[in-house]
Amino acid sequence: MSDTVISHVTSEPRPVRAALIGFAVLAMALLVGAPLITVFAEALTDGLPVALESLSHPEAVDAIRLTLIVAAVSVPLNAIFGIAAAWTITKFQFKGKALLLTLIDIPFSVSPVVAGLCIVLTFGANSAFGGWLVANGFPVVFALPGIILASMFVTFPFVAREIIPVMIEQGRSEEEAALTLGASGWRVFFTVTLPNIRWALLYGVLLCNARAMGEFGAVAVVSGKIRGLTATMPISIEMLYNEYQSVAAFSMAAVLALLALVTLALKTLLEWRYASQLAANRRH
Amino acid sequence: MLTTIILAGTVTAQGDKVAERPDGRVTISTGARHLTGWPVLRHLRTGVAALVLGLASLVAAPQAEAEALLNVSYDPTRELYAEIDAAFATWWEAQGNPKPEIQASHGGSGSQARAVIEGLNAQVVTLALAADIDKIAKEGKLAKDWQSKLPHNSSPYTSTIVFLVREGNPKGIKDWGDLVADGVEVITPNPKTSGGARWNYLAAWAWAQKNGQDPQEFVKALYTHVPVLDKGARDSTTTFTQREIGDVLLAWENEAYLALKELGDDQYDIVVPSVSILAEPPVAVVDANVTPEQRPLAEAYLNFLYTPEAQAIIFKNFYRGWDTSKADPADVARFPQLDLATIADFGGWAQAQKTHFADGGIFDQIYTAQ
Repeated sequence: MSDTVISHVTSEPRPVRAALIGFAVLAMALLVGAPLITVFAEALTDGLPVALESLSHPEAVDAIRLTLIVAAVSVPLNAIFGIAAAWTITKFQFKGKALLLTLIDIPFSVSPVVAGLCIVLTFGANSAFGGWLVANGFPVVFALPGIILASMFVTFPFVAREIIPVMIEQGRSEEEAALTLGASGWRVFFTVTLPNIRWALLYGVLLCNARAMGEFGAVAVVSGKIRGLTATMPISIEMLYNEYQSVAAFSMAAVLALLALVTLALKTLLEWRYASQLAANRRH
Repeated sequence: MLTTIILAGTVTAQGDKVAERPDGRVTISTGARHLTGWPVLRHLRTGVAALVLGLASLVAAPQAEAEALLNVSYDPTRELYAEIDAAFATWWEAQGNPKPEIQASHGGSGSQARAVIEGLNAQVVTLALAADIDKIAKEGKLAKDWQSKLPHNSSPYTSTIVFLVREGNPKGIKDWGDLVADGVEVITPNPKTSGGARWNYLAAWAWAQKNGQDPQEFVKALYTHVPVLDKGARDSTTTFTQREIGDVLLAWENEAYLALKELGDDQYDIVVPSVSILAEPPVAVVDANVTPEQRPLAEAYLNFLYTPEAQAIIFKNFYRGWDTSKADPADVARFPQLDLATIADFGGWAQAQKTHFADGGIFDQIYTAQ
């Protein structure tokens, strides 16, 4: 239905269209397809059993568990902060709103390494606050809290940036209607706002999750690279590669790529399953 | 409270909940009529509950409380210390102590030192360069005279620079002099950014000195044979093995054997030159990070490195040890004796750094002069 409409409104001759599409497909194959295939091919050079054995190594299991813990803590927290930030920015008028919007975007523009170094300098043992934390038995840097902080910093904008446009588009009329009917703030949020933004929220959470699991730069600075304790999957991949353990390194890279692919598949599945609802939401 | 439900596909409705169906759907009253559908929040609640449960099971994973020791080391020592840690744990238990938990961290030597300075809680450091441990000592985390506390300059093993050439040595490379022959391409990283590359440079310098050549002219000629000056040692290995550029890779002996083992000894050969340089990767206890209870364990761990058992493991993992009494003769035979210059011949690291690698030093003069 809509496909035929689209083909009628394009004015380019068929060969031009074919060439453009072909170029896009080729670029995708070279930039995304080929490296992805290489990862799996390298992982399987010595056969599947060897790859699986390298993944069942206690250090590999610990790295996978740590990555899942980091994602499981940082993603929900970022979802909550993202919703709060988007809610504040779109539903209220206040001074400094533009500044707040810019602040949310900082993790996109700041290099992750710089973010990691900032965390080390703020919470490291050589700073007053960090020294106090260490003395009280709660080290942040080179421990789990630092890794979570670094992941959260890098993935902070994903949820907020997905929700804000949807919230702006939907305006405040529905919330205002609910308020005039006597609903409390929480009630408005759970019964009006949240149902309206749920697709954008899910999309943001999936992106946030993919990035949290894959983050390298910021985590590398704060990790300390202790095997089995503070080495996440991306860190382990780098360490294994530097130690000439290429099968183990690429096996773990393949698992990380698979996790990302599962995330994307989940997103596509949801979009396909709820296509009509999504379209309805966009028409709001 | 108001409940939002999904009716057929796109339609949602809100109203007071009046009934819950056994299958999870709920019936709401909108005032005019009753509607039945899936509650929107149900999905959210299920998701949150699953997440919390999953997280709890992850965090609750058993964390063994044992006498723990963190050994902060550099990149290629993973397998060496995996074996040493297992042997040490057995030995320590046999002495009537509880089973120790030895943790390991691996990375570039310089960045590992930096991490310890920033608070990485290492009780023991086993790094590539004495200069890196000196940096930690400078911050007051261990005594300035740390290197005199254990035998052989606190270096339980040494290594040297050798040549990795392609199978059958097609260019007939035997010694440093052959590297500047016509058509020979040498792969070595940039000495400005790579610690390993500085050793390569100094080894070449030492050979020229001992063979009556002008070392500066020889090293200058050598670097005209380097097609790519990579950032680090691992990048150079990739250039040589994956991109197949160059005829000879200047490499650490232990890493050359490691590469041979992992990448296939039917593709490369190792050539040991007549003169090279002695590298002493040192070990030390980081006093500031050791509690009185940990100290016996930390000191026993480092002393264990000098025992015949540990030295056998060291030879097996391609480092040159000191004590061959329990080592496999085949492992020892791998290392031909050669004339080794030491860093002391260059006036120590601080002096060598200043003369050769600092901005405006000899390397800058010969490399920019090309």
